[in-house]
Amino acid sequence: MSRNQNAVFEGDAVAGPVLRFDGVGMRYGRAPEVLKDVSFELAAGSFHFLTGASGAGKSSLLKLIYLAERPSRGTIELFGRDVDAVHASDRPFLRRRIGVVFQEFRLLEHLSAFDNVALPLRIAGGKPDAYRADVAELLAWVGLKDRMHALPPTLSGGEKQRLAIARAVVNRPDILLADEPTGNVDDAHAIRILKLFVELNRLGTTVLIASHDEDLVARSGQPVLHLDRGRLRMFGRGVGERAG
Amino acid sequence: MSDIFDPRRWKPAPLLPRRDPRDGALVFVVAVLCFLACLTAIGGLAADRAARGWSGQLTGSATVVVRANGGETPDTAAGRAAEALSGVKGVIEARALEKARAEALLEPWLGREALLDDLPIPRLVTVDLDPKAPATAIALDRALKAAGVDATVDDHSLWIADIERGAAIARWAALGVFLLIASAAAAAIGFATRAAMAAHRETIEVLHLSGAQANFVVRLFQSRFARVAAVAGLFGAAGAASIGALARLAGGGQGLTPVLPVAWLDLLAVAPTPFLAALVAAVAARVAAHGLIGEMA
Repeated sequence: MSRNQNAVFEGDAVAGPVLRFDGVGMRYGRAPEVLKDVSFELAAGSFHFLTGASGAGKSSLLKLIYLAERPSRGTIELFGRDVDAVHASDRPFLRRRIGVVFQEFRLLEHLSAFDNVALPLRIAGGKPDAYRADVAELLAWVGLKDRMHALPPTLSGGEKQRLAIARAVVNRPDILLADEPTGNVDDAHAIRILKLFVELNRLGTTVLIASHDEDLVARSGQPVLHLDRGRLRMFGRGVGERAG
Repeated sequence: MSDIFDPRRWKPAPLLPRRDPRDGALVFVVAVLCFLACLTAIGGLAADRAARGWSGQLTGSATVVVRANGGETPDTAAGRAAEALSGVKGVIEARALEKARAEALLEPWLGREALLDDLPIPRLVTVDLDPKAPATAIALDRALKAAGVDATVDDHSLWIADIERGAAIARWAALGVFLLIASAAAAAIGFATRAAMAAHRETIEVLHLSGAQANFVVRLFQSRFARVAAVAGLFGAAGAASIGALARLAGGGQGLTPVLPVAWLDLLAVAPTPFLAALVAAVAARVAAHGLIGEMA
């Protein structure tokens, strides 16, 4: 592995944007494109919202970033590397640098809250003694100190959401993606979750949140990427942006 | 529950649930298929033993029909024939059958009423041959002629070819049925495992998107499904071995029947079943996991 690859897979600083889309199109099978000519960049440490109506392509765009889908055309660069050129065996190492809060949480229901949060660290080969305290601290930070041993089906929607956030950030990812993280919670919880993301962003994590909650986006004052029927129509203020 | 949870004492839980209600169907299918395959294997071994027995009995013996001549009684002629044949190399024992036994052999064809005292019933001499170096019909005939006995030697050569052909067919048929059942079992275990794997797609996806390498996920599932199949295979093999043991006990020294003689040793044939079931399930799980990860990637 070259020095540059080490930087990409082990989390060293990479010069330039952490994420870059250039003329990206995406389609599912032979269906029409759900994303068309999307181009933008995210600078390290930036905070953006991704907005758009249902079906505008927000989730598809996030899937491209967390490497669950491939673009049908165009180029995506993560941490300075063209993801299409990354070998399949190296893609897991890229994924470990991206935390994802899924819309439907995707918690493993047979594992306790503690085990769910520890999952990315176990996958990365960490020893329990090395991360046990960090997981406990993180669960306390998201307000689940008293629910560490609870199984996901016994948690409320808000608790599941916070658990999913804790799992997404436990290995200090460089990029945090969240798909409609406030979609299942009331306003008070939504504000609380948003504060968590802002706090993570202050610690240096690049944050991109897909949301159709326009009030929340407006109140946050953060820059916005807006998708309209698969096209990036508007780009708000931010660091290193490039209109698509 | 929260008050008894101490993070300092926490140990990672298995990434896949220890027990999954969805495994029940897989265990049942694998156990039944292994049971059938094992039963076929035991039956095949018994059929092979029976076929060997038929050939061995025919090649290991000869029958001599003795006709009395001159003033000699049939019993005396048969006695002389047995004595002459006992000295031939390759003969273990020659016995003259008593008149009553000879009549019993003819009774199915002639009927009891026809067996009158004045009917000239031929006397029979049964000859047990050395199975390693049996005496030939020519040698037996020569010895009888030398002793001046009027007799006909039947070394069963007329039947042996047909019997051996029949035995070979039975042997190959048993092997064929076993291979067919075993292949069907392996294919069904493979399909059942793949179907069960599909139910774990969500877990695989979470692990995959959390940065797990393909081999990490594959190892997790192949060892789990191998374990499940091994337990199911053990149930199936134990069931078949129990049936075999019952057949052996019910039939005494000859197994279930003389036609299908089950030996205790045959029951050992089921021993590799759990390992083979585990191997098939592991390979199927491996292929399925790679396939699912490939779709996700």
